[in-house]
Amino acid sequence: MSTTNTATLELRNLEVAYTVRGIDREVLRDISLSIAPGEAYGLVGESGCGKSTAAFAAMRYLPRNGKITGGAILFEGKNIVEMADDEVSSLRRSAISMVYQNPATALNPTIRVGDQVAEVFQLSGVSKSDSLEMAQAALVQVQIADPAQVMRRYAHQLSGGMAQRVVIAMALASNPRLLVMDEPTTGLDATVEAEVLDLVRELRRDTGTAVLFISHNLGVIRHMCDRVGVLYAGALVEQGATADLFNNPSHPYTVGLLRCIPRGGLHKSTDRLDTIPGTPPALGTHFDGCVFADRCALADDNCRTRLPQMVTISGAHVARCFHSDKASSMPRSIELIEYASQADVHSVHNDDTLLSINHLSKIFTQDGHKVQVINDVSFNLGFGETLGLVGESGSGKTTIAKLVLGLVSPEEGGVITLDGKGLAKTLNRRDVHDVGSMQIVFQNPDQALNRRHSVTRIVGRAVERLRGFNVSDAIDRAHELLSGMRVEASLHSARPVQLSGGLKQRVAISRAFAGSPQIVVCDEPTSALDVSVQAAILNLLVDLQKQDGVSFIFISHDLGVVRYISDRIAVLYLGRVVEFGTSQRVFNGPFHPYTEALLSSVPNIDGSIRKRIPLTGVVPSPSNPPSGCVLNPRCPRKAGSGYETLCETEEPNLTEVEPGHFMRCHIPVANLKQLQS
Amino acid sequence: MKQFILKRLGLSVVTVFLVAVIVFFLTHILPGNVARQYLGKGATEEDLVEFRRVFGLDRSLLAQLFGWIGDLLHGDLGESMQYRVSVKDLLLPAIGYSSKLAGVAFFLIVPISIAGGVIAAMNRGKKIDRAITVGGLSAAVIPEFVWAIVLVLTVGVTFQIFPVSAFPDEGNRSILNQIWYLILPSISLLLVLFGYIARITRAGVIEALESDYMRTAVLKGMIRRKAVSKHVLRNALLPTIAVIASQVPYLIGGLIAVEIVFNYPGFGTVLKGAVDARDYAVLQSGVIISSLVIVIFQLIADILFAVLNPRIRQKVSE
Amino acid sequence: MSDKEISALTAMSNEERRTIRRERMQLVVRNKTFRVGCSILGFWLLLSIFGDLIAPRGASDQDFEFVSVGPSFKYWFGTDANGQDVFSRVILGTRLIVVMAFSATTLGTIVGTAIGLAAGYFKGTFDMITMRLIEAISAIPVLIIALLAIAALEGRSPTLTVIVIGFVFTPNIGRTVRAAVLGEAELEYVAAARLRTERTPHILFREILPNVLPPIIVEFTVRLGYAIFAIATLSFLGAGVEYGSPNWGSQIAEGWGNIYSNIWWPTAFPALAIASLAVSVNLISDSLLEVFEL
Repeated sequence: MSTTNTATLELRNLEVAYTVRGIDREVLRDISLSIAPGEAYGLVGESGCGKSTAAFAAMRYLPRNGKITGGAILFEGKNIVEMADDEVSSLRRSAISMVYQNPATALNPTIRVGDQVAEVFQLSGVSKSDSLEMAQAALVQVQIADPAQVMRRYAHQLSGGMAQRVVIAMALASNPRLLVMDEPTTGLDATVEAEVLDLVRELRRDTGTAVLFISHNLGVIRHMCDRVGVLYAGALVEQGATADLFNNPSHPYTVGLLRCIPRGGLHKSTDRLDTIPGTPPALGTHFDGCVFADRCALADDNCRTRLPQMVTISGAHVARCFHSDKASSMPRSIELIEYASQADVHSVHNDDTLLSINHLSKIFTQDGHKVQVINDVSFNLGFGETLGLVGESGSGKTTIAKLVLGLVSPEEGGVITLDGKGLAKTLNRRDVHDVGSMQIVFQNPDQALNRRHSVTRIVGRAVERLRGFNVSDAIDRAHELLSGMRVEASLHSARPVQLSGGLKQRVAISRAFAGSPQIVVCDEPTSALDVSVQAAILNLLVDLQKQDGVSFIFISHDLGVVRYISDRIAVLYLGRVVEFGTSQRVFNGPFHPYTEALLSSVPNIDGSIRKRIPLTGVVPSPSNPPSGCVLNPRCPRKAGSGYETLCETEEPNLTEVEPGHFMRCHIPVANLKQLQS
Repeated sequence: MKQFILKRLGLSVVTVFLVAVIVFFLTHILPGNVARQYLGKGATEEDLVEFRRVFGLDRSLLAQLFGWIGDLLHGDLGESMQYRVSVKDLLLPAIGYSSKLAGVAFFLIVPISIAGGVIAAMNRGKKIDRAITVGGLSAAVIPEFVWAIVLVLTVGVTFQIFPVSAFPDEGNRSILNQIWYLILPSISLLLVLFGYIARITRAGVIEALESDYMRTAVLKGMIRRKAVSKHVLRNALLPTIAVIASQVPYLIGGLIAVEIVFNYPGFGTVLKGAVDARDYAVLQSGVIISSLVIVIFQLIADILFAVLNPRIRQKVSE
Repeated sequence: MSDKEISALTAMSNEERRTIRRERMQLVVRNKTFRVGCSILGFWLLLSIFGDLIAPRGASDQDFEFVSVGPSFKYWFGTDANGQDVFSRVILGTRLIVVMAFSATTLGTIVGTAIGLAAGYFKGTFDMITMRLIEAISAIPVLIIALLAIAALEGRSPTLTVIVIGFVFTPNIGRTVRAAVLGEAELEYVAAARLRTERTPHILFREILPNVLPPIIVEFTVRLGYAIFAIATLSFLGAGVEYGSPNWGSQIAEGWGNIYSNIWWPTAFPALAIASLAVSVNLISDSLLEVFEL
């Protein structure tokens, strides 16, 4: 950061409070940071840490109950807190822009996209006809292939990635000197996210705009930003150049956060994830000392009573901690458990198959159209094994789970065999034992737990029905189960709304285990949770598998999590299994072209840069799949492979390319291996 | 779009058919006895037989039902039991009068209610908002005839600002004067319908004000007033169309009481006479005609909603 | 503000969460609108129970020396054209309308809830037929269908009026419940209940019903207000209740012809009674709506 230049944005001792039920609650505590012209600054933290509030404060746009209670927000040296409303509007028209999460809702549903982009130019005085031309040029700039056509569309006719490109075009239309991006890729699929991030990086190189980049995703921040600030409970706890901060984290919270994340080839059989004990403080909690003291392994009395100041670690790298020197060598919160001796129990049982699924298909009728969401899916699951199901939205992951459980019935020809016994297609025809043998943990515990029932009732009723216990025995067993999942006895009479996200998911897991299941389907069980909570849930699942020998079907879009927990993995695309094999094989190659593209699109937190294999175009609609191999219009390896005609005309079968490694691809595995090396 | 309209039209026909069936069964199946009810306890058996023969009540129920529906399709509403004249001749002029009243009321109600809703939303949480929402809905639960009497008592009898009847004397029936006489009855209808329409309008405007696209507009640097007129109103007023259509049944129901208080020779007054005389032929036709009007309004609202909403427009044109 | 931020804002510490239910009740009870509504409704409920003890004169007592005499010490609300005490008749008229309105609304709510639950959960043909019927019934103005039914049925009995009004209310309640159930049935706790072999009635009444209670309660209060509205109007039109029994609508029907001669009291007091009863119910439903954030 140069001292002669004025910072583009400077937050100086910024304090923001929200009035909730008549009480002011501190959301941002004494935040000071500055962003130089052309610099990308990343603000990272878990939910509720105040990072979005910081983003909107920079635009001077707070919700009705929010107010700036202290400090200053300086844009190029001028305090925007004290500006008149029309001065702020004029800044927003010409110098500061924003890109938000949920691009689809950021666009007006009843106005054509082109008119909305053109509006930005009109606001700065351009005539209507000129502005439409400029809008089209702006869409070209964000690499929209058919801008004239996109101009005429409405928001609901755009895919998520396309909508975000339009929002970015709109934000850049005014040639801003500061661009605020609030979780711009959250909710987008991995391959789309990668494309949007590439675009942002390119545009930034071309325009030299300074960026305030907000994200909960450490990998994204690492790849996008020059400098990073870590927020916890509304306070900036650490700040520094990206590489310094990630390589030498010096605040216990940053250290803990980085240790929680399953990454870089960690696997349940050898590594146990760290967790951060406790839960984040409620919004507006008052602290005398350090905001993190309650959850910190290094905290002493000093930390709890005195507010630490920023200390310099090296250069511009600072941390708000009395013990920053000891942070990196902080004791692990959970000791590494080696259970290599039991490795045999968890090795893959190829022969004794617990669950076998053959030729499962499902056709839904949607607005009169027939849509084949699942197409001839087959796989096996062994005793005590975890099968990971990976794929982007629309790949049919959740539908497969519902088919297996009998919540929806498969088309003719689909066969599900559990432990050698053919299962009825629908739940109503299965007996209690079969139903209890396969249970599920849903993604969103708020929807999966009846909000009118107590925790005891939710789990107890499941024990009662699935085990045939009488009510009092069922309640006893429920309490036993809950305590085993570390849901304290004091919470057993609570209702779900009174529990934190992690606790709710523990209750959901307890319920799934009520009937002594052989298989538990975990449908994105941690994606609604923060990473520190996620680690604890993953550890719990691994422990349960170790104790009970239960098998998991683990659905997730997070490749790091799947890699950590799975023994074998099925990669899905458009309702088909395109690759199936051991975790090791699927992640280390040779890859199916789709898997290759998917893996290369994930930004790693270790900072290693893998060349991205782009997946062009959009995911086709299952109601109108492409002819031949369904991947062929987007396939990164089709061109020049010599199999183009075959790919475009004939759908490949799932064939065993190596022992235990299956692929649905015309290109011989040897060729793929060569291309990918 | 054509297909959508045809489909909606088909559903409307089904609805009107079901209304006819419901009405028919209410009068024929329930433990009442039309002839006995109409002629009273003193009627002899011969009187009853003759009455049934004249009005076709001696046929089987299904024959009666389909005969009646067939007549309806030909525009034949039957004969009034009370006056022994064609129901059509009795109802048509009355409907003409009622349409005038309903028309004046409609043009008063819609703009005032929408304006009320928008004002409440823009001043959310303030006193004027409370006054419009709580006051509006409180006014809405007080029956029209109570409002009519209160209005007659105050501005009619005590202050003598408005005429207390809805119908000017002969020789004084210029259009403006007719409208002037209809203002007071319309206000009683307005007071009942204002609350619901304003409430839904307010909700729509607030939703749009808090939407992400409104935020986008403001963060583009648009000043609030312009953003509201350009981005909020169109989205916000869409649901209001449906609500206005849904209030038509209440408007028609309200006509009866209001017409009686203001001594207005409309549809409601005829129906009230038919109730007193147990003139089923008139009552049945009255119900069918009012539901026909309601269904037509709903159809218009549905089509309008689809035309103005690109999302649905696209869906229906596929 | 992002969704996350909002959920963080609404997220609370455990102690706060524990008090949320209590707080919501307190929010209802503390609500000024709710209090005013309850006080007025409570006043009318008391009168409907103890009216006989309070009314100074009987319903059909006539005083031919005082015919159409304005409010005085002897007759607080004056007397009507029959020399009957308006004050006593207003008090004695309370019971009928209160009992009728509550019974009709309860009937409509129970039947409508059952239909709405089934239609929303089973969908398919049953739902389609129900929705067509609901649409047809909603296409007939409540008052007109009630007039027709009451005219068709023998006698003007309050019981029949209650049944007819209950019947015409079922579509409204059925529709509200169905919409709520459609949303709930998609939620995963329903799938979870199926995955522990629960039977359909249990899922409908023990799992889904408790979650759709708030809209049902609000709809009940809204319908209650409209039942008062409808019963008053029907009795004003001379349908629905027996002649001669003290009831507000008939009182107004009998008295309003005289308001042009400035004899306003036989009409104005029952009108005020109808208005205040209906408004009290509306104030309650309004405050519930606000607290439940529907």
